[in-house]
Amino acid sequence: MHRSSEVKHLASDFNTRACECFGQPPVQPFESHCPVLTDRTVRVQLKVLKVKDGSVFFIRVKPDRTGVVTDGVKHSMNPFCEIAVEEAVKLKEKKLVKEVVAVSCGPQQVQETIRTALAMGADRGIHVEVSGKDYETLGPLQVSKIFAALAKKEQADLIILGKQAIDDDCNQTGQMTAALLDWPQGTFASEVTLEADKLKVVREIDGGLETIKINLPAVVTADLRLNTPRYATLPNIMKAKKKKITNVKPADLGVDVSSRLEVLKVDEPPQRQSGVKVETVHDLVEKLKEAGRI
Amino acid sequence: MAAAMALVRGVRFGSYSIGRSRSLIFNSLQRRGIAACVDPSIGLTDEQKEFQKVAFDFAANEMAPHMAEWDQKEIFPVEAMRKAAQLGFGGIYVNPDVGGSGLSRLDTSIIFEALSTGCVSTTAYISIHNMCAWMIDTFGNNEQREKFCPDLCSMQKFASYCLTEPGSGSDAASLLTSAKLQGDHYILNGSKAFISGGGDTDVYVVMCRTGEKGPKGISCVVVEKGTAGLSFGKKEKKVGWNSQPTRAVIFEDCAVPVTNRLGAEGEGFSIAMKGLNGGRINIASCSLGAAHASVLLARDHMCVRKQFGETLSNSQFLQFKLAEMATKLVASRLLVRQAAVALQEGRPDAVSLCSMAKLFVTDECFAICNQALQIHGGYGYLKDYAVQQYVRDIRVHQILEGTNEVMRMIIARSLLTES
Repeated sequence: MHRSSEVKHLASDFNTRACECFGQPPVQPFESHCPVLTDRTVRVQLKVLKVKDGSVFFIRVKPDRTGVVTDGVKHSMNPFCEIAVEEAVKLKEKKLVKEVVAVSCGPQQVQETIRTALAMGADRGIHVEVSGKDYETLGPLQVSKIFAALAKKEQADLIILGKQAIDDDCNQTGQMTAALLDWPQGTFASEVTLEADKLKVVREIDGGLETIKINLPAVVTADLRLNTPRYATLPNIMKAKKKKITNVKPADLGVDVSSRLEVLKVDEPPQRQSGVKVETVHDLVEKLKEAGRI
Repeated sequence: MAAAMALVRGVRFGSYSIGRSRSLIFNSLQRRGIAACVDPSIGLTDEQKEFQKVAFDFAANEMAPHMAEWDQKEIFPVEAMRKAAQLGFGGIYVNPDVGGSGLSRLDTSIIFEALSTGCVSTTAYISIHNMCAWMIDTFGNNEQREKFCPDLCSMQKFASYCLTEPGSGSDAASLLTSAKLQGDHYILNGSKAFISGGGDTDVYVVMCRTGEKGPKGISCVVVEKGTAGLSFGKKEKKVGWNSQPTRAVIFEDCAVPVTNRLGAEGEGFSIAMKGLNGGRINIASCSLGAAHASVLLARDHMCVRKQFGETLSNSQFLQFKLAEMATKLVASRLLVRQAAVALQEGRPDAVSLCSMAKLFVTDECFAICNQALQIHGGYGYLKDYAVQQYVRDIRVHQILEGTNEVMRMIIARSLLTES
């Protein structure tokens, strides 16, 4: 990651330039200048992912080396997806979007995760049932296909996902979904603003911050600094019980979830080998030559 | 009236949401996985697991990082508690029509157990505050409920429970604070001791004598801070529970309107005891949270500390100690949750079960935390390590809300009295 001072300098550069491109005077971060959309029925669709809890300490590789042990391991909502849910709910609170739908793909247990999203403020949930072997091989491509199909079916205008899952770090689903739908994408978003029917997205990139303006409908992936997710309140958790979660199968959406990838082997990182002590510099050079390092 | 209440609530809570102070970095306690056998979410409904998750997250993010500082500097964490109230923790088992969350006693126990892992002292105060809000909600008339409960549920105002006096602790029914009727006011004279929050809180639920000797002569009145004749003693210096101030509450010809009396004259003692039944479950739940945290800390320390060429986790003696701690923790948890269900359902055994829970759990959990401190060795004695604060904070749970000796009296009486 870059030093923060460097980022700030570049960020201000980008922001100013971006603003000038679009004919607006450079302004401080936009907040409440967004027009209220009255006619627009913007539907936001979130992808909510259940991953191995980031606080779990002991992850073990399965004895047959095909993956990691997931039975009995605590799972929770992917942190970046939490940020995505928060952003969608914020947009709804600003009355810029009409409905927030939380979607998750997986076995029965993902309903818990959907409920958490509902408790944070999503209006309804969709559970795409994928279980057993299919779930183990479910990857970004299949999820993107499911998402693309759902987006068309639900007539969503905006899809917000976490930028990547913290268990596999793929960082592909958002991009693939946008490609399948032929929608613009704003990935690694650290700020999202709705302006008329365009989306202004500030993206965190290696060189700093990039501001882009994309048309709706679009796909956005949430990065760490987009917002700070709220706690669900007790009353909201109780209200969430009454919100609807519809069940859908991938086949109903015309999606084939078979994987094109085969996992050959999963290994633990190599055990740290003990070092060798040498007496003189001459010995050190000899040893390094022996090891082929120099 | 209900519509007006809803409007008030909307204005108060606003459209903003309470975000966490930081998001992805987990507190060191949560960084450890929880072994299935001591997992506190076993057997809960999905909704209860959600409540528990919010409480654990809040404890890890908003309380645990400040636990030591609140203890050392004796800070009453008003802002943190108000944040908790925004999530609904200000009146967990108070009716929603006056701003409460309307949850069950079991839900409450689960929430306090989780919050307590973040700071026992603050959670214990929140539980006392909840108890007072409930008493006004349950035994007050509509005017009193609407006057006091919304502010208490949002923690705009804080409450204290005033029963104990310098001369009457366990023998609570012998209290002497008098309340003489003069026109439309009671004139209170006397003093209360060891009042949690005393001096910093706004609403005092006071048990005082309006009638003859004994429990039947006691009434319950609500006294607001700022009333003439209400003053406070010095802030006590305590071994633990330092994030809440404890002071004597002094009444000198303090005039309290009769309209502030909860229930009828002579019902005060019964109101106080009913409040305490729930209070005992809450205090036991706080002990549970501390013990849970301590078991995890002890386990982690054992996996890391090496002596005699191997980690402490290889010592059979310590393995057995840890197993005993875990077993007692789970047994305690089951008893508290049972008692909570009994109280919620109004079962005939509820009072005894609450006393049993308080007695057993506070004693066992103190032993667990104490043993965890021992496992830490010398480090356990340093204030840099959390385990000593858990020990100091829960020691008092064996004393207040009815000493464990009084719990035995209640249980014995229920066993020996003809029903």
